[in-house]
Amino acid sequence: MSRLVEIEGLTKIFERRGSLFFGGGRATRAVDGVDLTIAKGETLGLVGESGSGKSTTGRLVLRLIEPTAGTIRFEGEDIGRMSRAALRAARQRMQIVFQDPYGSLNPRMTVADILAEALTIHGEGSPAERKRRAAETLDLVRLPASALDRYPHEFSGGQRQRIGIARALMLRPSFIVCDEVVSALDVSVQAQIINLLQDLQRELGLTYLFISHNLAVVRHVSTRIAVMYFGRIVEIGAADALFAAPAHPYTRDLLAALPAEHPDMRGAHRPPPGDSFAPRTEGGCRFAARCRYAEPRCGAIEPKLETLPDGREVACFRAIDNSLPAAGERA
Amino acid sequence: MTSASPVRDLGLRLLRNRSFAVGGGLIFAVLLIALTADWLAPFDPLRNAFRMRLQPPGAAHWFGTDHYGRDILSRVMYGTRISLLIGGLVVVVTGALGTVIGAVAGFYSRLDAPIMRLMDATMAFPSIVLAMIVSAVLGASVVNVVVALSIATIPHTARIVRASVLVAREHDYVEAARALGAGDLRILFRHVLINCLGPLIVRLTYVFAIAILAEATLSFVGAGPPPPAPSLGSIIAQGRDFMREAAWITIFPGLTILVCVLGLNLLGDGLRDVLDPRSRS
Repeated sequence: MSRLVEIEGLTKIFERRGSLFFGGGRATRAVDGVDLTIAKGETLGLVGESGSGKSTTGRLVLRLIEPTAGTIRFEGEDIGRMSRAALRAARQRMQIVFQDPYGSLNPRMTVADILAEALTIHGEGSPAERKRRAAETLDLVRLPASALDRYPHEFSGGQRQRIGIARALMLRPSFIVCDEVVSALDVSVQAQIINLLQDLQRELGLTYLFISHNLAVVRHVSTRIAVMYFGRIVEIGAADALFAAPAHPYTRDLLAALPAEHPDMRGAHRPPPGDSFAPRTEGGCRFAARCRYAEPRCGAIEPKLETLPDGREVACFRAIDNSLPAAGERA
Repeated sequence: MTSASPVRDLGLRLLRNRSFAVGGGLIFAVLLIALTADWLAPFDPLRNAFRMRLQPPGAAHWFGTDHYGRDILSRVMYGTRISLLIGGLVVVVTGALGTVIGAVAGFYSRLDAPIMRLMDATMAFPSIVLAMIVSAVLGASVVNVVVALSIATIPHTARIVRASVLVAREHDYVEAARALGAGDLRILFRHVLINCLGPLIVRLTYVFAIAILAEATLSFVGAGPPPPAPSLGSIIAQGRDFMREAAWITIFPGLTILVCVLGLNLLGDGLRDVLDPRSRS
């Protein structure tokens, strides 16, 4: 499989700006040394709790925000070193769909303007031609051409999300970052949008980076899944393998938090101690303070991603040593 | 909701908005009176007629006469012209500079603190005193009054635009435009500023109103456009001494200011509502 996106050592530190006179400010490492590759045609699910840095990763990949360190290669080209013009051209091949179907469409533009803007920016086609292509793209997302002359507020949340997807498709990209695309929608509408995204992937040969905190949705759409915790990838592997036997204690806790599909299957779920704001041990594994399997070395040395026999990668000493109790057993 | 012509559509919706229609009607009437003063004014606003001093409103002089026997109606018509001219120019200057300053401060966070501290410093100074100083230093003329009032009204306007820009630029559609490859200028105008129009329009109608009032105040204290050219403020200032005997000298220009300010406020409210696509039924 050919690699479409290769990310190495991606880091983003947000400096909180101090005041003009008093200076200072604190830094947050939102993304901290992330390595990822996304193969052409696959869907890579990126999961993690709020504040884990998954949305920041999505924006960094498209260079919507500037990384502090690390490289991002898209179709072999280093996005971070691109000139303005080259980056503009590259934007035609990579797009993003947002979570909030209300905040992601400019309320003062008609659907035709919202969609045609993509072509205007890149100087493609006459106004009539742009409108025709906007209608074509609306058809791809199963909306009628009569939607063109309407304003975003005239549509429902699901329809607006289709418009957001259509905007991303206007330039016929090969790669789309889906940032929590269904989490603001009703469950019934979520299914429609997910199916639409999968149909589009088949029809147009798209590659997705699918960011979500909803594991059930991610499992449904993803080829592979990466689990993020506090700016780092803790586990990455094929979706089925990861769900069948989660290797990292954090992945296990995440999966244990999923509602059971049948009442009889409900186990005694214990959430991990502490919360994501719990103080982290400096230098050691970020999850050590909340991990029920933590050993002294976990608090001292930070584990790196290592490959398991089944090809999965996990950043946990005990998972690599195979010294963790099997999933589901009590420690 | 597809209409043949968006312009006609907009016109219809404007007329259907009651506040816009009433405000527009008032302003249109005032404008018409100001513009046609040369033909419609019954008397020369500057001509003295000592035998006709301090005449109360009547058939010959609808608004009465002042202590020089000058016709108040004619003076109000010409005075409205100067007041509206000053108000209009202040709105244009403040609207342009205030928007640019506020947009730059809000959009480029590096420049935010320096620009806004400068605006704060200007704002800390009482605006009427500031306008009087500018007018005193540069000399009293229409242009200088416009400069003085613009300096006084720009900081607040910039502040309002900046606040709206700070809100508007965080929307996902701004990031979406960036992802599509849009440059700063396109994002600023097509996505950010257009969504700041509501507060800006309201602010500018208010600026128009306070410019007319401030011009009256400046004229009242003698820092306005030089006499004998009447402005609404200077007519009131001159009528001050005759308030007991001839209240009409101050009442009629005062009412004209009231009508202008009221009309502008209604017009601004209506315009803001109609320009927002979300207000459509």
